[in-house]
Amino acid sequence: MTDTAAQPAASAHGSLAAGSSRLRQRRRAQSRLKAYGIAAIAFALLALATLVGSVVTKATGAFTNTHFTYEVTLSSEALGVTPDSPEEEIRRAPFGDLIDETLEARFPLASGRTERRALDALVSGGAQFDLAKHVVANPELIGQTVSYPLIAADLTDYYFQGGYGELETREVAGRLSVREGADGALVIDSTAEDFGEVLQVVKQSLYGDADRLREQAARQQNAVRVYGERAAAAEAEEARAAQLERQAAAEEKRDALLAEAEALEARAETAGGTEPLDDENISLLIEAGGGWIRMTEVSRSGGLGEALTEVDLPIEGTGDWRFHTTELSEARRAVSDHQIAWLETLAAEGAVERGFNTRFFTAADSRAPELAGIRGALVGSFWTMMVTFALAFPIGVLSAIYLEEFAPKNRFTNFIEVNINNLAAVPSIVYGLLGLAVFLNVFGVPRSAPLAGGLVLTLMTLPTIIIAARAAIKAVPPSIREAALGVGASKMQASFHHVLPLAMPGILTGTIIGMAAALGETAPLIMIGMVAFIVETPGSITDSATVLPVQIFRWYDFPEPGFEARAAAAICVLLTFLVAMNALAIFLRKRFERRW
Amino acid sequence: MYDTSKTADGATEQMATKFHCADVQVFYGATHAIKDVNVDIQDKTVTAFIGPSGCGKSTFLRCLNRMNDTIDVARVEGTILLDGEDVYDARVDPVQLRAKVGMVFQKPNPFPKSIYENVAYGPKIHGMARTKGDLDELVERALRRAALWDEVKDRLDATGTGLSGGQQQRLCIARAVATEPEVLLMDEPASALDPIATSQIEELIDELRQNYAVVIVTHSMQQAARVSQKTAFFHLGNLVEYDDTSKIFTNPEDPRTESYITGRIG
Amino acid sequence: MSLTLFAVVLLIALASHFMAQRKALAIAGGRAGVLHSRPVFHGLYSLLWVALAGIGALLVSATLGDWLIDRVLMGRIEAARPSMAPLERQLLLSDAKALAEGRMSSRGGVLRDQIAAAYDWMSATRNWVVIALSVGGAAVAARITYGRVSAGWRARNRAERIMLNILLAMATIAILTTVGIVLSLIFETVRFFGMIDWRIDKFILGATWSPLSGVFEGQMDPDKVGALPLFAGTLLITAIAMLVAVPIGLFSAIYLSDFAPKRVRAVAKPLLEILAGVPTVVYGFFAAITLAPALRDFGEMIGVRISSESALAAGLTMGIMIIPFISSLSDDVINAVPQSLRDGSLGVGATEAETMRLVVLPAALPGIVSAAILGVSKAIGETMIVVMAAGQGANLTANPLEATTTVTVQIVALITGDTDAETAAGPAFTLGFTLFVMTLVMNILAQRLVRRFREAYE
Repeated sequence: MTDTAAQPAASAHGSLAAGSSRLRQRRRAQSRLKAYGIAAIAFALLALATLVGSVVTKATGAFTNTHFTYEVTLSSEALGVTPDSPEEEIRRAPFGDLIDETLEARFPLASGRTERRALDALVSGGAQFDLAKHVVANPELIGQTVSYPLIAADLTDYYFQGGYGELETREVAGRLSVREGADGALVIDSTAEDFGEVLQVVKQSLYGDADRLREQAARQQNAVRVYGERAAAAEAEEARAAQLERQAAAEEKRDALLAEAEALEARAETAGGTEPLDDENISLLIEAGGGWIRMTEVSRSGGLGEALTEVDLPIEGTGDWRFHTTELSEARRAVSDHQIAWLETLAAEGAVERGFNTRFFTAADSRAPELAGIRGALVGSFWTMMVTFALAFPIGVLSAIYLEEFAPKNRFTNFIEVNINNLAAVPSIVYGLLGLAVFLNVFGVPRSAPLAGGLVLTLMTLPTIIIAARAAIKAVPPSIREAALGVGASKMQASFHHVLPLAMPGILTGTIIGMAAALGETAPLIMIGMVAFIVETPGSITDSATVLPVQIFRWYDFPEPGFEARAAAAICVLLTFLVAMNALAIFLRKRFERRW
Repeated sequence: MYDTSKTADGATEQMATKFHCADVQVFYGATHAIKDVNVDIQDKTVTAFIGPSGCGKSTFLRCLNRMNDTIDVARVEGTILLDGEDVYDARVDPVQLRAKVGMVFQKPNPFPKSIYENVAYGPKIHGMARTKGDLDELVERALRRAALWDEVKDRLDATGTGLSGGQQQRLCIARAVATEPEVLLMDEPASALDPIATSQIEELIDELRQNYAVVIVTHSMQQAARVSQKTAFFHLGNLVEYDDTSKIFTNPEDPRTESYITGRIG
Repeated sequence: MSLTLFAVVLLIALASHFMAQRKALAIAGGRAGVLHSRPVFHGLYSLLWVALAGIGALLVSATLGDWLIDRVLMGRIEAARPSMAPLERQLLLSDAKALAEGRMSSRGGVLRDQIAAAYDWMSATRNWVVIALSVGGAAVAARITYGRVSAGWRARNRAERIMLNILLAMATIAILTTVGIVLSLIFETVRFFGMIDWRIDKFILGATWSPLSGVFEGQMDPDKVGALPLFAGTLLITAIAMLVAVPIGLFSAIYLSDFAPKRVRAVAKPLLEILAGVPTVVYGFFAAITLAPALRDFGEMIGVRISSESALAAGLTMGIMIIPFISSLSDDVINAVPQSLRDGSLGVGATEAETMRLVVLPAALPGIVSAAILGVSKAIGETMIVVMAAGQGANLTANPLEATTTVTVQIVALITGDTDAETAAGPAFTLGFTLFVMTLVMNILAQRLVRRFREAYE
């Protein structure tokens, strides 16, 4: 030892308990790193919660649906069939017209073509087929009056879910009188100022209108300036005159707009008075005299209105009335005031029933959201998974046995290994292209069929299964093989009789995880045409089919809110399957895991 | 029977107490790994912990600089005082403690960095050098103390993992002394080394004694006899006997100690 | 039909197994040591050969038969309508097949009926030939293997050799898959480059992507196949995704591996893995239906216009998808850094954070970089999220708030679009090939890095 001169300082680091500022700083750095880690995990878990939460929230709409239970008289005349008619004839009877006519008879005020169509649109186009099926099964019903549940249209369903905003019932103090005015409009009067509050809301919207007018006026002012500049720049007298003329016109328009805006603002500022209502205003609906009235003009204590459904007139100072306002203006929702009145009337009569949507699980795809279900996609997924499992499992296990137990260490087997590792990371869409080029175009596998999908998913899943199976086989200790070989078993027997059964839980776990990934796969199946619209539930592996994830993708693409809910609901079903499969895998691992 | 001449004079000279341990208990979950250990470890002395494997000597060593803190299930009770301060006091930061009580492990574990970076690591994190020159000086001093300077002074930028096993262990010793500790704990520092490297390490330990209190765990009784002045014999979690090395090896009081050093248990 | 036939062949194989085994038993006559191989191996040998012969004959004759029928019928159509375009002929043939099988055809016609009739009897003949060959093949194999059963016959060695070859064949499927991918992609890629006069530079650097608008007489306008906007869009979205995934994934891994209490780790790790198991179509739905509108509203609130199909929404969602990927791979490598290094660092009085930052992370760096590369490779190959949330228009932009498109989106658009499949296949497969090469290079790089890491510590 050459260096003995420098003794360590008696206490280079000071007393143990006295934390130096440097040490505090270092401890803070440690807390910071921990905080980053916790924040990162919190972010990831929050993302998971948001993802699941948003899907579940959106899905609730699809798990319930709405039926009408109003009575329909299955008269022989209207249907043109008798209980003894042949089944096919009954099936083709005009049940749709019957349903519509019953509804129209209930609301005779809906007279115009457009209004009738709006009324008929409350019921799904699928209701007639349900009813026809029911009557075919029970022909004795012809001639009777039934209240068979008729599936409501998406619009109805969405309205009752509150998708178009809630109907707010306001408190009223006065007694209501309604009589028919001179021009056919209904004159509405309350003994109290029941509409004062709403009038203020309506007036508030006038400011918005005034602002828009002022914006337009500003544009005209701009035009005035531009024409002025052009006039100043014009050389010919004629051109100058033309520009000035235009300038004058713009000035006039500007002034008119400003005046209008001022008038609106003045109206908004003065309390009282009457305000006309249009479809840009929220709707003011009065329920009285057994019907619904929409206000077209409102003052503090009354106004004008029109009947949406039949009203017993005149109404003389009744206290039995209700006043509703909508959240959205009529122009901003798909459901009209008339439809609201009809639906609320039917609901009040108890002819609207909301319940669990069994159809979602028993029906195949449809163009109408209220009729669409996941059965077709589920069966398609089932067949596809069957093909995948039937091919990927044996091929994967046998490959793994070869590679682990028999393969000589040479460049060929090394190449296979590298290949498998790379295949595991090839983008799924490339497998789709492979399937398109090879299975569909070269081997002529039917397009859109579970067979094609299963083949593509087999190739995708194989690396996962092989890697998992190899790991499981590798985990079986060599002593097991040696014991088997020692009693005279061949290498093949040792592998199949002893190693494979012991490795099986691990192999199955890997296979289930691979299958779960395949079940959620979308892109490659789109490539091989499984994205087609298929109403029939597939019956075999060569029928055209779609699968659950692709169904989700298709539904997401449709504009109707009902399809969005169905896509979300299908996601819930898909996630349930995936969770179940993964739980099974975890169970297998826990139950059969062996530590050697 | 054993060569104790080298250590004899050191042992007689009474040094200041560095570690005072009283009624130390260690639990690993439900296992009572160390039972009622009372021992005073002296400054500028090499103390050897010997005993059959699994007797708790390494566990006890790791209590001295709270390396057991890194194991979730370990729990330490009793008193361990370093220069009169309670090591397990809530206000004590183990980081501060470990700077004062350095440690060398069984397997050489140099960082995958250059030799220079390995040695400079401690001084850097403790902020012991203001300038690059200071740091260079610290690194050189530590490497000289670890008797490695002459072998590596031309290749300080070479990676530490490229050295031979014995050199790696001396590098780890240099790394430990670079923070200028007061105590050096060594957990079987030569068990992974060949005989030549082992004897180099042993020589080094003897020299380190001039500046530090050294505590060494070893399963080799010859090694304990060669390098230490004091020896503690552990058996089944108990400290059976603690005395001058020469006394332990020539005239043990406890029959278990005698059985062990004569090779009947172990 | 073929499924039934398949079952029949398997039945024959089982029967031959039974017969051979019985014959062997009879030869042995209850005495041990007479036979070289146990009876069950005689059975197995027979079963394997019969199944192989039968199924082989089935597959070969069925495929060959279909091919032959198509050739003959196409020849007839060509003879009848020499002026018809090949694509039209294809359509006619598939119509005729549909007619013959009693399905709906797109059009009727005399020629279609004639071809349908021809197809009808030809496919009937084909079916009989396939049945005869496969059952016959199986029967012959059964006869031969049955004849071979004798005391000295080394049935076990033979059977095991067949098994070994089957195992090898299964393992080779991985190679066949790669070959299939490469061949199918290269074939169309070469054809596509031929269509643009081998102006590969225009494909890689051109800024206008509208490949189907410039199709003329089998040629494409090289000025309209510039894939640069797609590459840029892919890069942009990948960059956003990695900005989310790498820090969050890495910090999660650091915390979970060295700092988290055991119970936190036991809960958080599986939860993170759930994120990895969520199908991409679900992420796409989330991005398009929840995140994009939320971002747009947020943008409105702070006065920034965010397109409803923005690179931001797609990138953020993709980042979330890749978090568990980065975190679990990083967790693995951080855990693989030996404890002795941590001890060494803690032993000189470093804090856990310093140990992580100065010792563990540098040591784990190759593994972490490899995880990030694999993450990038996953991001550029991801399809559903971008198809649902990123938009279709190929505009060259670096603004993450605008709609942009990616390589994968365009592949889907081309393949599922309305245009004639043969024209669309060229650019689609070329993009696919580009994607394949890019991901392959990254995977190999990542594997190299991680192998270097493993060699250092294991």
